[in-house]
Amino acid sequence: MDITQLERISDVEWRIPATGAMRVPGTIYADEELIRAMDDKVREQVSNVATLPGIVKASYALPDAHWGYGFPIGGVAAFDPDQDGVISAGGVGFDISCGVRTMLTGVPRAELEPIKDRVADALFRAVPAGLGSTGEIRLDDDEMTAMLDGGARWAVARGYGEPGDLARIEEGGRARDARPEFVSSRARQRQRGQMGTLGSGNHYLEVQEVVDIIDPDVAAAFGLRQGEVVITIHCGSRGLGHQIGTEFLREMTIAAEAAGIRLPERELACAPIRSEVGQRYLGAMRAGINCALANRQIIGHLAREAFADVFPNAKMPLLFDVSHNTCKEETHAIDGRPRRLFVHRKGATRAFGPGHPALPEDLRPFGQPVLIGGSMGTESWVLVGTRESEAHAFSSAVHGAGRSMSRHQAVRQWQGRQLIDQLRTQGIVIRSHSTRGVAEEAPGAYKDVGAVVVVAERAGLARRVARLKPLISIKG
Amino acid sequence: MAGAYWEHFAHDADVGVRGIGPTREAAFEQGGLALMHAIGDPSRVEPREMVEIACEAPDDALLFVDWLNALVFEVATRGMLFARFEVQIDDHRLVGRAWGEPIDPARDDLAVEVKGATYTGLAVRSDPERGWVAQCVVDV
Repeated sequence: MDITQLERISDVEWRIPATGAMRVPGTIYADEELIRAMDDKVREQVSNVATLPGIVKASYALPDAHWGYGFPIGGVAAFDPDQDGVISAGGVGFDISCGVRTMLTGVPRAELEPIKDRVADALFRAVPAGLGSTGEIRLDDDEMTAMLDGGARWAVARGYGEPGDLARIEEGGRARDARPEFVSSRARQRQRGQMGTLGSGNHYLEVQEVVDIIDPDVAAAFGLRQGEVVITIHCGSRGLGHQIGTEFLREMTIAAEAAGIRLPERELACAPIRSEVGQRYLGAMRAGINCALANRQIIGHLAREAFADVFPNAKMPLLFDVSHNTCKEETHAIDGRPRRLFVHRKGATRAFGPGHPALPEDLRPFGQPVLIGGSMGTESWVLVGTRESEAHAFSSAVHGAGRSMSRHQAVRQWQGRQLIDQLRTQGIVIRSHSTRGVAEEAPGAYKDVGAVVVVAERAGLARRVARLKPLISIKG
Repeated sequence: MAGAYWEHFAHDADVGVRGIGPTREAAFEQGGLALMHAIGDPSRVEPREMVEIACEAPDDALLFVDWLNALVFEVATRGMLFARFEVQIDDHRLVGRAWGEPIDPARDDLAVEVKGATYTGLAVRSDPERGWVAQCVVDV
């Protein structure tokens, strides 16, 4: 990115002055190395988002920002419905409520290591993954509606997981005011065989070791102990979410153009929150969130069962479940006054700080766990939300490092089989239905997530708690 | 002028698909092939079963996205990969046929599921050298 047009606020904060149609400035949180490596398109997209009606304070990009669809991935923007604020299907994306959940196991790595392949095989058998895979769960229309309304709560009531899981999921495991009736029959049809499936691409189920504790007090509160193993799942709302995104992006684009609204990019398609289409999208999107929460709850349950076959005495409590493609109605202090806002986080993770009332009581003194995925060959991170994060980007933190090369380049550079063998020499066991998919997800195709989380901490977005290293990676 | 062919173009996290052909219809057909090549290897697939697709949009660009998204839907719900396409476009109404067979992970060199076709990099245009070009980025 050409930074000559930016104002340097600090070593980790840059401002795009509000010019032209921009209603607010843009703010990019990154150090100089990260911001120079960002595409100029990120600046353009941050500026475009800043033109949308009802936007509050600024249009934000976080340290892992890269070129997205309308919104940059790693973008945050909040809108006030009382100021004709909008909701944007592009600001949430195709994988509604894609997110990460991490479960503790209490099992030391030394106990897992001798039987790592056996554990990998058990998880690979238990969790459907990859293109064309289907789950065993089939929901009729009424059950689909119940799932879209109930989210993870629905899943627990059906026997997937424990009631105690719900407090450790955003919004208690259920997005309120979901409107399943606004989810199309095509979206439901696309979901039919996909409940409890992992998907493909950058989705995964990993068994990871806690290798470094950075904040011992918070790590202890989170139950993270060095040398112990956790299980992490990264996936989203599957076909249903993708179809909702597809349909509403189209509807909002056509409606905006018919209303004579000039969108800087079609993917910024949006509608006033209080409009009929805005309300329909909000209801459908919330149903999509519930689908993702239910899906991760089911997969978590399947993983627990498979792991328990090998480690029958392991207790596997849920540390937390975060989402990173959402629009949520939240209260934030703006100039000392609480305001109800609709916060879009596109490839960004909610990161409430200590004392926030939305957090479960036992975590409230410390802040919200923020789970950051890395690549299958490198590392992942657990961070914690900070009080100061609200003033920066509405309590938002990064979600991952992003790619450094395209999928096309990656398959030219790596062969899946060789990569699997190479990662095994590094102690990482891969199970995948697609060797081409493994090549596309090569660790070398991703940026350095360690650098991203350090800058996120310096910028006050979230604080590092523990570093995780993959031992087993199940890919679609 | 070159014949009909497909290609991928670079995008950070996802895949750009592009169809080129002497007619708008041929470009759309090749765009379908480019989409399938992002998912797996359709050259390994026999065109055994036929699926009909119909869509309509206010302009060519939105029609191309609708066409690809209709294919994404059929891949996802039928569990099929498609190897051959025929497209007819009248004004901005498309009637299409797609031939393929059920996905076989052992055969199809599968890569990734496509979530949807996007409006990023979206263009349908006539090109003096290549005829017609239809392209967009698909979210994987």
